[in-house]
Amino acid sequence: MATAINQTSTSEEILRRPPAILYRWLGDKIFSTVIVLLGSCIILLAVGMAWLLYTEGSMALEEFGFFGFLKGRTWDPAVLLEFGTWPFLFGTLVTSAAALMLSLFPAVAVAVFSAEYAPRWLAGIIDNLVQLIAAVPSVVIGIWGIFVLAPWLRDTIYMPVYFWTETNAPGMMPILGNPMGYGMTTATIVLALMIVPYTTALTKDAIKSVPAAQREAARALGATRWEVIRMAVLPYARSGIMAGAILSLGRAIGETMAVAMLIGNKNTLPFSIFGAGSTMPSVIVNEFREAVENLHVSSLLAIGFILFILALIINLIAAFITCKLSISGGQTV
Amino acid sequence: MKSLRRRNIRDRVMEVVLMASTILVLLPLLIIIYHVISNGISAINWEFFTEELGSPSRAMQGRPTGLVHTMIGTLVVDFMALAIAVPVGIGAGVMLSEYPDHRLNPTLRIMNDTLNGMPAILKGLFAFVLIVKPMGTFSGIAGAAALAFVMIPIIARTTESALMSIPWTIREAALAIGLPRWRVVLSTVMPAAKTGLVTGILIGFARAAGEAAPLLFTSFGNNYLPNHWTGFIFNPVDTLPQRLYSLAISPYAQWHSMGWASAIVLLGFVILCFTAARLASRQKYQL
Repeated sequence: MATAINQTSTSEEILRRPPAILYRWLGDKIFSTVIVLLGSCIILLAVGMAWLLYTEGSMALEEFGFFGFLKGRTWDPAVLLEFGTWPFLFGTLVTSAAALMLSLFPAVAVAVFSAEYAPRWLAGIIDNLVQLIAAVPSVVIGIWGIFVLAPWLRDTIYMPVYFWTETNAPGMMPILGNPMGYGMTTATIVLALMIVPYTTALTKDAIKSVPAAQREAARALGATRWEVIRMAVLPYARSGIMAGAILSLGRAIGETMAVAMLIGNKNTLPFSIFGAGSTMPSVIVNEFREAVENLHVSSLLAIGFILFILALIINLIAAFITCKLSISGGQTV
Repeated sequence: MKSLRRRNIRDRVMEVVLMASTILVLLPLLIIIYHVISNGISAINWEFFTEELGSPSRAMQGRPTGLVHTMIGTLVVDFMALAIAVPVGIGAGVMLSEYPDHRLNPTLRIMNDTLNGMPAILKGLFAFVLIVKPMGTFSGIAGAAALAFVMIPIIARTTESALMSIPWTIREAALAIGLPRWRVVLSTVMPAAKTGLVTGILIGFARAAGEAAPLLFTSFGNNYLPNHWTGFIFNPVDTLPQRLYSLAISPYAQWHSMGWASAIVLLGFVILCFTAARLASRQKYQL
């Protein structure tokens, strides 16, 4: 009985429907057009970003030549109006690479510990906290760095090392630089902390995708828990770890606010270990708002264009690795 | 072959090393949260939420100052960004998942990943060139556009994977009872993937809400409340992350403590969005 009532109501509904051509053909047409238009927006955004950064920066790129701009060592917006991006490119590459080296082992260790050793409830907590590191706004880490971390590092590490070097190896002093607390090392340490979650997430994905049979085989041979990880899990997850590391490098290169607040902002080479430095994003943040000369603005946008190319290359490498291995693409937070 | 005892000792040692590394990574997070709370809580008072900032002398002379204009500005800019980003992000996600044969899809996927990997500061520069330069003034809408560029690729990606996780049989069932394709998407697939969609939007929102770099050259900042509400859209607007940066690098001690207070508000807001996203996605797995 109930089904009969249902059937009549359904057929009545069909009768009440608008004419099929309007409802189906036109509806589908409109819907797919809207969807494709919205999707094309993203393509336009990405292409437009590259194109506008290039055209706006072209004044500087033409003035100094692309490679001249890349290799130029002088950045003088006040008197000479001469712009070269090498100090910032150097600062970016050094801090990012150092941060990656500093964070790689702990990041992989967190993933291994949470996937292999920790009980389930603890693994859940660890994973959420690691993701939370990525969610903490960069400026919050920056203000903590300015008022807590940098003074602490200066008093407990930089100053003792500085005085030790002064008495024992005076020749090293120029390399060590001024231990004021705000400089390359502080920025690198903060960067290392901020990129941990990206390596950890991809490493954990890779570890999870190791087939159980692989693990069981190693176990059956009498391997201890560490030997299973060392011989069966990590080699299998190697490419996932690589992809995570490269993605982290991309994040480190683009990280702006915390670095700008902690690196000390010095525009001229040479940079020293403890001394102030500068990166491409930090110089854009510091100077863009105050830039008046057209050539200065254009140079900053040209730095943006170079940063775009750098980030693009790194992302393409990471995409190539993840694509080859079909690991979920590192969308963590 | 090493003796079993040595191998077992090595196993224990590695366990301790891995555990120590985990603590080493998580400790700074807890220290940051501790310092933000302990420094920020003392700086928060009633005036912080009811007064505007004004000039530095106002804080130096001990007159009441606060960040009410920043709070309102942040909400206005963030939600305008969300209003721009949600249709585009969801639309692109639907295109990737529901029209898998479309010619543009491979390009769209690559471009979306490219956009996702770009540093947020470049999105700020892009919004500056695109909107601030033609308009001739820094504005809230330019800031919203910059934040939308941060949200869009995240929302598109999560939408795609949320829709993909809905079994293909549901679409076939809907088509079999005679629904046209657009009704299949709108009234069967998208409602089924609702929690996934909400999670993606929350994640994108939380990520964008903490960004300061794109806002410095777009919404710029403002020490005062605008005279008229349209000032939040068409004039320079203060936002929390950008104000936090300005306060932290300023030379005034009073502004430093206000910086800590805004850090606690910003961190609380972001953690709230983050937790909501986590809870929503957990609900999905239980079903």
